[in-house]
Amino acid sequence: MDLNLFFSQLLNGLSSGAIYASLALAIVLIFRTTGILNFAQGEMALFSTYVTWWLADQGLSIGVAIAISVAVSFVGGAVIERVVIRPFEKASPLVIVIATLGLFLALNSLTQVIFGTDAKQLGSAFPDTVWDVWGLRVEAQTIGILVVLGLECVALWALFQRTRIGLGLRAVADNPEASRLLGIRVGTMLMFGWGLSAALGSLAGAMVVPTTQALTASSLQSVLVFAFAAAALGGFDSPLGAVVGGLIVGVTQALTIQYIEPLNDIELVVPFAIILVVLLVRPSGLFGSTQVERV
Amino acid sequence: MSLLEVVDLSAGYGPIQVLHGISLTVDAGEVVVVLGANGAGKTTTLRAISGLVAAKGELRFDGSSILGRRAESIAHRGVSHIPQGRGTLAGLTVEENLRLGAYSRRDREGIAADLERWYDTFPPLSVRRDQTAGTMSGGEQQMLAVARALMSRPRLLLLDEPSLGLAPLVTKQLFETLAAVNRDLGISMLLVEQNAALALDLAGRGYVLEAGEIVAAGTAADLSRDGEIRKAYLGR
Repeated sequence: MDLNLFFSQLLNGLSSGAIYASLALAIVLIFRTTGILNFAQGEMALFSTYVTWWLADQGLSIGVAIAISVAVSFVGGAVIERVVIRPFEKASPLVIVIATLGLFLALNSLTQVIFGTDAKQLGSAFPDTVWDVWGLRVEAQTIGILVVLGLECVALWALFQRTRIGLGLRAVADNPEASRLLGIRVGTMLMFGWGLSAALGSLAGAMVVPTTQALTASSLQSVLVFAFAAAALGGFDSPLGAVVGGLIVGVTQALTIQYIEPLNDIELVVPFAIILVVLLVRPSGLFGSTQVERV
Repeated sequence: MSLLEVVDLSAGYGPIQVLHGISLTVDAGEVVVVLGANGAGKTTTLRAISGLVAAKGELRFDGSSILGRRAESIAHRGVSHIPQGRGTLAGLTVEENLRLGAYSRRDREGIAADLERWYDTFPPLSVRRDQTAGTMSGGEQQMLAVARALMSRPRLLLLDEPSLGLAPLVTKQLFETLAAVNRDLGISMLLVEQNAALALDLAGRGYVLEAGEIVAAGTAADLSRDGEIRKAYLGR
């Protein structure tokens, strides 16, 4: 076996896995605080990525464009919670799932109406440097994506474990009614959670597009499927699970495509197979605690 | 003027009306008990006061109307509701639960001092401060619920069946603690309780709720002597 090829595919897998992990973190964040599986997460990220593209197209450096887009996405996510999701607060889970599907379609169409349907080119935030490590090609892009995921994890950990608002978010996730009785503004917390989640999606979108060819309205749809597989594998209520799940899904994808040729054209089989197996064998995922209800 | 004034309060869930215009008051420093059978509307009474259930009528705390206010803002005003099941944030540690009790406060030093104070008062909580709250026994969780409520420096405690699921000895200790809290800190309490004997011991006054209406009221001593109440709630 060509070890070099194996390791380079492993690196590829880790870097796409880090992106899935980012989006999976966004999914888990919302699921933990609200119990909602947000099917619009990918399209929220898509819209954010177009905002990043537009800002960069206006002449801003890509780093600044991403930073502004993250901030805009945070506000946008909070507004979506308040305007689209909150009215369904007392509705059944099925209704909320339909609402997020509606949001999916609406955001996808809105993106095309605002930004047009032609493919866009978005630069990478990372230099195109390539290092040679014992004969293995290591791209700065790959390392950069992994570093961003690492920073996201540290930032989220610090937020949840070390700040007042993080404590409030965890309380709301644990028991919304008891939190209310403690004077925690549950609505504000939910808006904050959705904002945070949208901001993470914005980062994921900015990283995924330069690795694919161009930015189109369908750029994030397969990413969402992989992210869902990652969240299912790790456990929908576990941030650690989202990260580990994302990396496993990414690596599995890269290696199966490399070594199982028939899968080359139907790579989406991999995440679906993972989702199916996890739901059958261990519905709570590797690190999850609660039983995910069938809706 | 009473600390809590409830006048002609009605409340329910959707089409089902549970409370049919009840009136009661709690004065500053007073402990008041609401007795009643299962389904009489005791829990709904507390939930309506703390803003968890929509209600009609008049509801005043410390002179200003809190009817229709959100539960969060009622809590901020100094009403601390310990719900049935204790409202333990099961996945968080004991210390995090206590800190969340003080969520509406901003005085860091005061919070730290109160934390140590309640750890001193409730040594089992101190030992378990880094333990996940959901893994504690029912008695310890009830202790945590009381300590957490006190962390908010409330003026009125609403207690929903605090003795539920506790061993008799643990219940007795809990009621001694509540009596001390009332005596030493002057915190008013509105208590809903199945254990009428203990509750009437702690309370100064009481109401009897039947099918969503108040059918009797009086001092704890009067209620304890009342023949029908003795038969219905005291079992003698």
